[in-house]
Amino acid sequence: MSTTIDPEPEVEQAPQTKPPTRAGDALFSGTALGAGLLVILFLAGVGAFLTIRGLPALDASGDSAYGEPNIWKFVGMLLVGTVYASVIAMVIVTPLAIALALVISHYAPKKLAKPVGYLVDLLAAVPSVVFGLWGLEVLAPRLLPLYKWLNEHASWIPLFDGSVNQRSLLTAAIVLALMALPIVTAILREVFAQTPRAHEEAALALGATRWEMVKLAVFPYARSGMVAAVLLGLGRALGETMAVAMVLSATGTGYLTASIITSEAPNTIAAFIANYYANASGAKINTLIFAGLALFLLTFLVNFAGRWIATRGQVKG
Amino acid sequence: MAKSIEVDNLDIYYGDFLAVENVNVHIKAKSVTAFIGPSGCGKSTVLRSLNRMHEVIPGARVSGNVRVDGQALYAPGVDPVAVRRQIGMVFQRPNPFPTMSIYENVLAGNRLNAKRMGKSEADDIVERSLRGANLWNEVKDRLGKPGMGLSGGQQQRLCIARAIAVEPEVLLMDEPCSALDPISTSAVEDLIHELKSEYTIVIVTHNMQQAARVSDDTGFFNLKAVGEPGQLVEFNPTTKVFSNPDNEATEAYVSGRFG
Amino acid sequence: MALQTQAPTSGSMSITAGQLPRTATPMVAVFAAAIGVVAGLLLGSGIAMMVFIAWLVFTLGLFVWSRTVEGSRKAKDRTINAVVWSAFVLAMIPLVSLVVTVVVKGGPVLSPGFLSRDMTGFAALGQGGGIYHAIMGTIMVTALAAIIAVPIGIFTAIYLVEYGAGKPLAKVITFLVDVMTGIPSIVAGLFAVSLFIAVSDEPLPRLGIGGGIALSLLMLPTVIRSVEEMLKLVPNDLREASYALGVPKWRTIVKVVLPTSVAGIVTGVTLAIARVAGETAPLLLICGTFPSANWNPFNGAVQTLPVYIYTSLSQTSHAKYGDIWTDRVWGAALVLIIIVMALNLIARIIGNVFAPKTGR
Repeated sequence: MSTTIDPEPEVEQAPQTKPPTRAGDALFSGTALGAGLLVILFLAGVGAFLTIRGLPALDASGDSAYGEPNIWKFVGMLLVGTVYASVIAMVIVTPLAIALALVISHYAPKKLAKPVGYLVDLLAAVPSVVFGLWGLEVLAPRLLPLYKWLNEHASWIPLFDGSVNQRSLLTAAIVLALMALPIVTAILREVFAQTPRAHEEAALALGATRWEMVKLAVFPYARSGMVAAVLLGLGRALGETMAVAMVLSATGTGYLTASIITSEAPNTIAAFIANYYANASGAKINTLIFAGLALFLLTFLVNFAGRWIATRGQVKG
Repeated sequence: MAKSIEVDNLDIYYGDFLAVENVNVHIKAKSVTAFIGPSGCGKSTVLRSLNRMHEVIPGARVSGNVRVDGQALYAPGVDPVAVRRQIGMVFQRPNPFPTMSIYENVLAGNRLNAKRMGKSEADDIVERSLRGANLWNEVKDRLGKPGMGLSGGQQQRLCIARAIAVEPEVLLMDEPCSALDPISTSAVEDLIHELKSEYTIVIVTHNMQQAARVSDDTGFFNLKAVGEPGQLVEFNPTTKVFSNPDNEATEAYVSGRFG
Repeated sequence: MALQTQAPTSGSMSITAGQLPRTATPMVAVFAAAIGVVAGLLLGSGIAMMVFIAWLVFTLGLFVWSRTVEGSRKAKDRTINAVVWSAFVLAMIPLVSLVVTVVVKGGPVLSPGFLSRDMTGFAALGQGGGIYHAIMGTIMVTALAAIIAVPIGIFTAIYLVEYGAGKPLAKVITFLVDVMTGIPSIVAGLFAVSLFIAVSDEPLPRLGIGGGIALSLLMLPTVIRSVEEMLKLVPNDLREASYALGVPKWRTIVKVVLPTSVAGIVTGVTLAIARVAGETAPLLLICGTFPSANWNPFNGAVQTLPVYIYTSLSQTSHAKYGDIWTDRVWGAALVLIIIVMALNLIARIIGNVFAPKTGR
């Protein structure tokens, strides 16, 4: 009656069918595992190659650091520009994306919500080089009168000081904002849609207007999701290359200035690499790769923070 | 071809959690055995351990002995895949494959195992299985249509047809009627009666009338206490369980005083 | 204001007292538009200013009117409603403007010659020329990326969903996929450059396969994510049904799980391809430019459409040939948009038409 009974270990028919099925399973799961390991290897390769090629740039100075005294000054300048342009973009995109996500999740009638969502997704489908082209040829000239007006009437604000140029940091930031808009909207609309229906109905049953319902039930629930969405959008804007490279008329690492409507703007890492790669050689390549590594780390940190907040919010919710 | 099943000292774990403790039962060939009891006491877990389906859940393991006609199910070297080919299973919710037609669903067990067969042989299997599941007359004109297009009761009978198409020795049914309306339920119960002549059937059910109607033997499962593992409280012929059970808890349960 | 004196009367006479009439919004909109046009004409400003004035009048007008009739809470609600929809319109303006500009400027340029010629010999003359080589380059590089990324991505997703669930390795991979999602496209290009400096020993390597690798790096996380989502959507019931029939796990995945989710997988993969087809930065670094089609991915620069647009842009200020370069840029931009949008459309159609038929 106990476990000592030991009958033949074979189920009938098993001898023929067993080996092939086991081999198939092993082969298939092995392939799947191999693919997963390949992904790890791929990313490890990215880190390794960028580090190997980038580290020699630590000694760069003068010519090999594009005129800067050392690599840190070089990367530092570009980091400032990168963060500055992206933060302005997020200042523009955040209210817009919240409004758009509210349209899709709460304001639009059911029938309209889907096409509206498609239209926003369509923005994401536009290639960045076309965005850059449009920003340079269509948007920038239209913004020039506004910049001139701002410069005339509000130049006491450091943002609008200096000599006006249509290919300014603000123009680049607006294009960046448009490119980050779909991803931020997409995350926000998921977040808003997850508001418990009971909370919303409770608010409405108390006689709240729709806006009061959104304020009472939707926003408090979505707070961490909103922060995460903005951070992930920031991660996207930081790494965007072509739009800035085409729109911004910065030379070299640019100038440290607060003004967002002049050409004397700080440059961004990605745009600098794109604009200066063609004429690079030798040590300059290393410098560019080092800058790329810095950009990678920065976007990684921002994305990581975004995801961390997003998952923390989920647990709490 | 039907086989008997002997279960000795079976303990079933999910990870470190002991879900079912010390089950001993002898299931006779060509009979219907019902497992009844309140929710969460391990009926389905025991049922799934009879064809090693519980292993699909990560962390699940068993100790003890299960023997099908004297062959140990858990002996080293036994291929769970081969076991499942001989011990079929029907689930709580009907689950026909959505990408397949009715015809393909019935043949799924053979086709998915890459068994080669001629057209006429395949047609034979489909017709025989669908007839066996009392579904042939309802679907014979639309075998090419998707299986998901049938009603819930028809889908469940399609799943039974699919299970018997591979000619298993034993048929395990995990609350096969809980998602069905009374008419479909009655159709499935009739079917169980007919299938008994060829198959050993083990059925888990929440419906005591159903257990009384279809089964020859009944096992009553219950939790030892709240938070303790489930156990087989009583196993007797169905008539005895429902009229004069050995155990007080069984009597309380079948008379509707708890559970 | 005229509207304010009129509203309370109409409000108090009807049983919908304390509410604006249903036509309130269009009425205010017409009124605001009129004000905008008049003010714009008086000030002599452009259309943008008119629209802005009209919008301001509309929002404020609606707020004031509603506040006097319906109270401040309702007024705020109406204003927010207007603001939220305005934001949508504001966001759509660039999209419409972009599409219209590209079609208007690029449309006339498109001709069979533009699509079938390359830039050999013509570039310096400022005559003719075309983008055949760039289209072919984009197709080749994107195809290379898909060949690398799609199988790896699908099998990784299979590992994550079917085999690895809960295992530490799967968590590591999921984390790394998150990291990959955030890789800036130019960094993917720099990786390809670093890799091929090491492999080929050239100071500035330019080759098609490098572009394929860079793009596959950008594509992988998208593919893995979307396939993972789709596999998770397959009900466990189906896997169990298959196991219970004695079907081995790998056959269950190949014959049951994948067919059930095939529509979603194809949609996700197509969207991923569409995303990288328009990618510029990495290709600028590793593929470079070339005046004719180069079908050898292992040797020499390959021209691609996005890079063609970017590099041609610097020629548009050329005193003599500037105009023809401008035409080429917009023509190429239109073709690129058509390719990318077509891929997106195909993905949506596949997703909608071939979704599993679960309906009764």
